[in-house]
Amino acid sequence: MATVTVDTAPIERLKETWEGKGGLWGWLTTVDHKKIGKLYLATSVVFLLIGGVEAGIMRAQLAWSNLRILSPGVYDQLFSLHGMTMIFWYASPILSGFSNYIWPLLIGSRDMAYPRANALSYWLFLMSGVFLYTSPFLGQAPNAGWFAYVPFTLKPFNPGLNMDFYALGLLFLTVSATVGSIVFIGTIMKMRATGMTLTRLPIFMYGTMTASFANLFALPALTTALVFLYFERTFHMPFYAVGGGGRPLLWQHLFWMFAHPWVYIIVLPAMGIVSEVIPVFSRRPLVGYPIVAMSTVATGIIGFGVWLHHMFATGLPNLSLAFFSGASTLIVIPSGIAVFSWIATMWTGRPVFKTAMLFAAGFVALFVLGGVSGVVTAMVAYDWQVTDSYFVVAHLHYVLIGINVFGVMTGFYYWFPKMTGRLLNETLGKLNFWVMFIGVNVAFFPMHITGILGMERRIYTYPAGLGWSVPNLITTIGAYIFAAGFFLFLVNVWYSLRAGEVAGPNPWDAGTLEWSVPSPAPAYNFAVLPTVRSGYPLWEGRLLRRGRPPAAAPSPALARTPDAVGARAPDMAPDGSLVFRGPLLLDGKETFATSPLDAEPMSVLRMPEDSLLPLLLSLFMLAFFYGAVFKLWWLVAAGAGAMLLTIVAWTWPRSMEGGSVA
Amino acid sequence: MGRHRAQFRPPARPADPTGVGQERARAAHSALPAASPRASARSALPAASPRASVRSALPAALALATALGGCAVPDSTLATAGTTGTVETALGWTVLGVSSAVVLITWTLVLVASLRARRKPLPAEGLFSAGGGGMTWIMWGGIVLPAIVLTGLFVFNALALRALTSPGKPFGANIEVIGHQWWWEVRYFGNSPDQIVTTANEIHIPVGEPVRVQLATADVIHSFWVPPLSGKTDLIPGQKNVTWLEAKQPGIYWGRCGEYCGAEHALMQLRVFADPPAQYSKWLAAQKAPAAPPTTAETRTGQAIFNGIGCANCHSIGGTPAGGAVGPDLTHLMSRSTIAAGSLPLTRGNLAGWIADAQGLKPGVYMPTMAVKPAQLHALLAYLETLR
Repeated sequence: MATVTVDTAPIERLKETWEGKGGLWGWLTTVDHKKIGKLYLATSVVFLLIGGVEAGIMRAQLAWSNLRILSPGVYDQLFSLHGMTMIFWYASPILSGFSNYIWPLLIGSRDMAYPRANALSYWLFLMSGVFLYTSPFLGQAPNAGWFAYVPFTLKPFNPGLNMDFYALGLLFLTVSATVGSIVFIGTIMKMRATGMTLTRLPIFMYGTMTASFANLFALPALTTALVFLYFERTFHMPFYAVGGGGRPLLWQHLFWMFAHPWVYIIVLPAMGIVSEVIPVFSRRPLVGYPIVAMSTVATGIIGFGVWLHHMFATGLPNLSLAFFSGASTLIVIPSGIAVFSWIATMWTGRPVFKTAMLFAAGFVALFVLGGVSGVVTAMVAYDWQVTDSYFVVAHLHYVLIGINVFGVMTGFYYWFPKMTGRLLNETLGKLNFWVMFIGVNVAFFPMHITGILGMERRIYTYPAGLGWSVPNLITTIGAYIFAAGFFLFLVNVWYSLRAGEVAGPNPWDAGTLEWSVPSPAPAYNFAVLPTVRSGYPLWEGRLLRRGRPPAAAPSPALARTPDAVGARAPDMAPDGSLVFRGPLLLDGKETFATSPLDAEPMSVLRMPEDSLLPLLLSLFMLAFFYGAVFKLWWLVAAGAGAMLLTIVAWTWPRSMEGGSVA
Repeated sequence: MGRHRAQFRPPARPADPTGVGQERARAAHSALPAASPRASARSALPAASPRASVRSALPAALALATALGGCAVPDSTLATAGTTGTVETALGWTVLGVSSAVVLITWTLVLVASLRARRKPLPAEGLFSAGGGGMTWIMWGGIVLPAIVLTGLFVFNALALRALTSPGKPFGANIEVIGHQWWWEVRYFGNSPDQIVTTANEIHIPVGEPVRVQLATADVIHSFWVPPLSGKTDLIPGQKNVTWLEAKQPGIYWGRCGEYCGAEHALMQLRVFADPPAQYSKWLAAQKAPAAPPTTAETRTGQAIFNGIGCANCHSIGGTPAGGAVGPDLTHLMSRSTIAAGSLPLTRGNLAGWIADAQGLKPGVYMPTMAVKPAQLHALLAYLETLR
């Protein structure tokens, strides 16, 4: 790694400008994407643990036939909360956490676009989780699954508050998801480093960018469905009830129009993480980067055209079934492209098996297994046997754990040094990987078998004599093994934070921009705002030279560049990226805005100071939703009024001369 | 860090890892008239049926292997006995076979790519340049081969879809299945009211003849699923879905509800009896008859209790004033093999337990706990046992 001499006075000025307040107040008012990222990650892990406990209790009940540890009422709340928590409150926010922390570092910027809105998306996420988890303490948690089919969720069959918590909790979360997606799209379009064209964009960002656009197009369907549900339950408007002229399938269409794209939203960024990591540990750039980027976007687009495959048994006409079965088969191709890109990268490179790479390889294996069981369910004539059975449970867990969780673990082991300045322990890490990998297979492979043997989903118990008991027992054991594996991860984190090996800026000798800054990343991210000329700025010199010795002196063209700061790193290509030389932007919290396609610098952005308003707005929205669920209309009005006032304070014009925000 | 072996203790059970002994014990237990209704009610095996005892004799561990081989394991969707099931089964085996091959190939590739790394020389300055033939992998493995295989599978799927639309021969019977929380109402259509048969949780069909099944629901969405015979079709309010069944061999086929419908979705089973045509006709004729009036004093007392404590509000018995439409029709209760939607074998003990404590056996069910004194219960049971 090249040594860089940088004048320290600018560094001190940057630290003073960008470092927020410390302590609890600092965390509550932060607009720093790195702190927000850590908040997202920690909170998502808490929800993962809660969902895991719910699963552990259910697996105890299902370990053998005819067990009656739990009543059906309790079991139904558990499986509903488990699904909702994992799919909504863990799987997407944890990827937002990684995106939040890493994106500005990947794209050479000092923050995300709209930092206060970024903070808002976190606090809304937290408050929506608090709102949802009030319900089990009242014994009225949602009890109709994460999919909540009508008419079972309507008042005549579900008179309690359970489904009101469902509708309102999810509506609350969708606000967070929408705000977050807007922040991501703004960032990726306008805040990339100079020269970072779309063909040089780190592949991880294609995943989250596709997911963010998909979010904006998919969420309205869910919002519609939930508003209809809440209004039908509360104000008796017959959207779904047949008696009033409604249609039960309306819910299913609206819900799955959202929920199918959502499952791609929660896997595409994870696929992007692995696409970043495999090249680093295979010691070569990703094979077929342009086609992988296009296949990511293609998956997102085709994902909007497959929702009916969740409804194959509802009695729709053959033509519809055939179309959606075809689309669901077609979407395998972009995934296959990604899988073979990873395999080809490993094959033509030289894999080094640090824990992050182990998780990435395990990810590829589980991705394929989960993907093929998806092909099985795409075949509509056989899907009529396996839909709503444990075969689908096997499929969804292989894809969600294999892609999302293993992708997240890859991201943790890869980026932990950048976030904390320490490496995660490798011995514990390898043990962590193997226990989790074995656990997930022991737990979920037998579910393919129980599904084929006719075991339906969402049952609190099952009879003896059908051959289901032994596979279920194996699944329960596997689930606990998997949980032990995740526990090992937590132990590793706890240990490494205290006694882990200190990491330098680039412990993996990776090629992307985040590895050019110290570990942990400083508050200002980059002292010098970089200019990039390739997809792997830190590798490009070596890649182009192909073994020839480095240039002895910088090229004359670059010697004329006016704002050079410090020595030029010797392994940069002659007309390559400028990572350690460039503009400093020291007049307050500043970073560049660049054009969406060619990343030419357009303007200097002034970033906001820390603010309490995002937290306040989220608290007032929490009050609003509590009012709605308990039918306290005065609280609804008060919450809405307070939210309006907060928004006024937020958008109040202020002078540019150092005036501070509330 | 020291290494230590994890100690895994299997759950404390009698040494019977396959579960055979426990299932045999349960079957034996349920064949005896139980002293306590609750204890016998625990078993879900109808001991009377020979198929059930075969079922209970199968080592559950072997089920894992034999399911894939399609041997006599009940309810395998890969070893079906019905016409529609057969088409679906063929498609299922094919796509599962292709999937297994894909998994084997890719896992081998990942493994080999990982292992051969050790013998590969380090590149100059620790990095390989782009290139190296990687795109060939993507072209063949990611695009060409999947496109060919998936097209083939999809064509098979489309042909299967067409084949399943109708049986291509006249229907041998026309029935309606109405889903309730949490039981199945079954009605056989007839030309006049006295030709209509209403029963519950049990369907009889003639072997070798397709049966048209019209699906409706009285409350929420359910799904009609008899895995050994056919895939599932949902019962949706406001929609008239239709499916069809044809059994190619006589037997008893277990089915269940395939869409979450509330607390006791887990205990919403049904039985399909595929009978030789003569036996089927005899059964249908017997079902059309109204209930024989009670002849003994005890059974007449039982009928009075039936009408007196409110059973008639929910249940109907043909030929009597009892005309409730909330619960299953009981006209020919004793001709069925199970109660509580297939979850309890029909024995005197289970029937008593169901009347006295339905909530304990199937919590949340709409059958209330009936306050009956023991003497009343005996008379009631005697009456119910006349409903053959």
